[in-house]
Amino acid sequence: MFDDLLLTVLLTSIPLILAATGELVAEKSGVLNLGVEGMMLMGAVSAFGFASLTGNPYVGILGGGLAGMMVAMVFAVFVLGLATNQVATGLALTIFGTGLSGLIGAPLVGQAIDGLSALNLPILSDLPLVGVLFRLDALAYLAMIIVAVVSYVLNKTKAGLILRAVGVNHDSAHALGYRVLQVRFLAVCFGGFMAGLGGAYLPLVLTPHWAEGMTSGRGWIALALVVFASWRPGRVIIGAILFGGVTILQLVAQARGWGVPSQFLSMMPYFATIIVLVLISSRGRIQFGAPAHLGKNFMATR
Amino acid sequence: MIILQPRKHVSLRLTIAVPVLSVLVTLALGGVIFALLGYNPLQALYEFFIAPLARPDQIGNLFVKACPLIIIGTGLIFCYRANVWNIGAEGQLILGAMGAGWVALSFPEAESRFLILAMAVMAMVGGALWGLIPAILKIRFKTNEILVSLMLTYIAALLVDWVVRGPWRDPMAFGFPLTRTYPDAGLISRMPLPGIGYLGQLHWGVLVAFVVALAGWFYLSRMLGGFQIKLMGDAPRAGKFAGFHQGWVTIMVMMISGALAGLAGMIEVSANIGMLQPHISFGYGFTAIIVAFLARLNPMAAIAAGLVVALAELGGDAAQISMNIPKVVTGIFKGILLFMLLAGETLTRYQIIWIGRSQASTTTAKTKG
Repeated sequence: MFDDLLLTVLLTSIPLILAATGELVAEKSGVLNLGVEGMMLMGAVSAFGFASLTGNPYVGILGGGLAGMMVAMVFAVFVLGLATNQVATGLALTIFGTGLSGLIGAPLVGQAIDGLSALNLPILSDLPLVGVLFRLDALAYLAMIIVAVVSYVLNKTKAGLILRAVGVNHDSAHALGYRVLQVRFLAVCFGGFMAGLGGAYLPLVLTPHWAEGMTSGRGWIALALVVFASWRPGRVIIGAILFGGVTILQLVAQARGWGVPSQFLSMMPYFATIIVLVLISSRGRIQFGAPAHLGKNFMATR
Repeated sequence: MIILQPRKHVSLRLTIAVPVLSVLVTLALGGVIFALLGYNPLQALYEFFIAPLARPDQIGNLFVKACPLIIIGTGLIFCYRANVWNIGAEGQLILGAMGAGWVALSFPEAESRFLILAMAVMAMVGGALWGLIPAILKIRFKTNEILVSLMLTYIAALLVDWVVRGPWRDPMAFGFPLTRTYPDAGLISRMPLPGIGYLGQLHWGVLVAFVVALAGWFYLSRMLGGFQIKLMGDAPRAGKFAGFHQGWVTIMVMMISGALAGLAGMIEVSANIGMLQPHISFGYGFTAIIVAFLARLNPMAAIAAGLVVALAELGGDAAQISMNIPKVVTGIFKGILLFMLLAGETLTRYQIIWIGRSQASTTTAKTKG
């Protein structure tokens, strides 16, 4: 029973981990992309579509990631090429992604697919308690690996150093000869790919069908998670599991009949987000790893 | 290498051409997307933008759709001018509708016309308080107002869902999640036009929308408070030297836009629904963001912008039935429109200059040296 609960919490947190890790990389390079919700929806509908067409959920994973990346490129062209306001452009991406996913998904409503199945690792999955960690599906394992790799690359490699430098001060990075816009473009694309994977997880694992707007605010919670994690990949996992736990709590409470109106329980993740934002933000930005040039546009000068 | 160089002078022609061109490019790109997905693009454009206006009464309905967009858009213009990013107008709208609903349901026997005034006041109080939360958290704890106002929208939607299923549910509604119908004094009636009579569902609230937009324009362009808002948005340091307080401006614009969103919620319910139900608004709070940008942050232009966007909304309703596609698909047009407007903003302010690669590398080399 407890194992099952833990597993559900973990599965609920995977889309958040994927999307938030991608956004974290984009933000580290100095770009605030508020289009996560839209990118996730594009990922979700494409993953479902590809899985349904080919009958292979693994093709769905790739399709979801690529779809997220493609719409992220649109965002990048506007924000980096034309130096448009990042906040408003991100909103446009979310609105656009919601609409486009609805149109693409219109003929898919009501269909069902075979989702990703769990890959139990031998021996490890039989361990008490931690065994749950080894009863996940391919995309969930991939999520864990990506977080580790991102953490390593950001903190221990030259590429990571350049990415962070661009985010902290794009003028200095430019003066040092780094290609600010190129670095940011790649970071935004990576963010889009990850958001697409996060969206893909919903129809491929959590609910094997497509419904318009099925992310129901997860993209926004992923954005809050980046703040919660104070821009550190490892903490994204902790935060995502906490949010997963809060989400599952409402189901548990309903099942047990705690007598609290279900709406109040459904509010929990959103309340939790606000409380977390207050706790983290009040401690000051720079100290907590926020890139100094986050959300500021770079324009090359002559 | 491309370089953006600020223009010294922005002509009026360019200021007007940008929104117009944005709309045209949006229509073209939207058509392309429909074609790529196997729909007939001309039919799609027809269903979205021409069919809704085929009957005269639909023109009245266009104004009805534009009404909340103009009111909320005007409020958002205050925020965005001050560089405060309120994107939770949808939640403020819901709280406004709940505030008004509370008054209307508390006085079911009321016949006085004051009832509707009391409802409007409570709606504005409700919306303003909901907008005040992100403002206070931003000032006190430096939280991001975008995320907080958005989370509050989800909470507001669940809150209204709870009241209409729980404490405020009409016991005679056969288990439907609806409140009792408001008393007649709490409803907004249809507005007859001189010489034409009733036009679709055109109601008195539309007049309020026009007044709000005009008042907003007057305040922002002719009064000190409006100047203060603009200054704090464009040059906060200069504003501080002038003795303005950043925190107060944030609180003021968030409360103004919250109050207006609340008012829009009250009008929406009193004119079109007559009771509270789980879904009051169809994303007007989000759509109004586009109205604010299409109007280029000018409340007077928000009237025209509201009508243009309302047309797409009305078209979304029509296409849902005639083409069997979900209503959210309107988002394709709305999203592209916002992209185009933002790009247009850049092209108005800057000249795009193409410089050769060799020249670019010497620049970099110079800075390096």
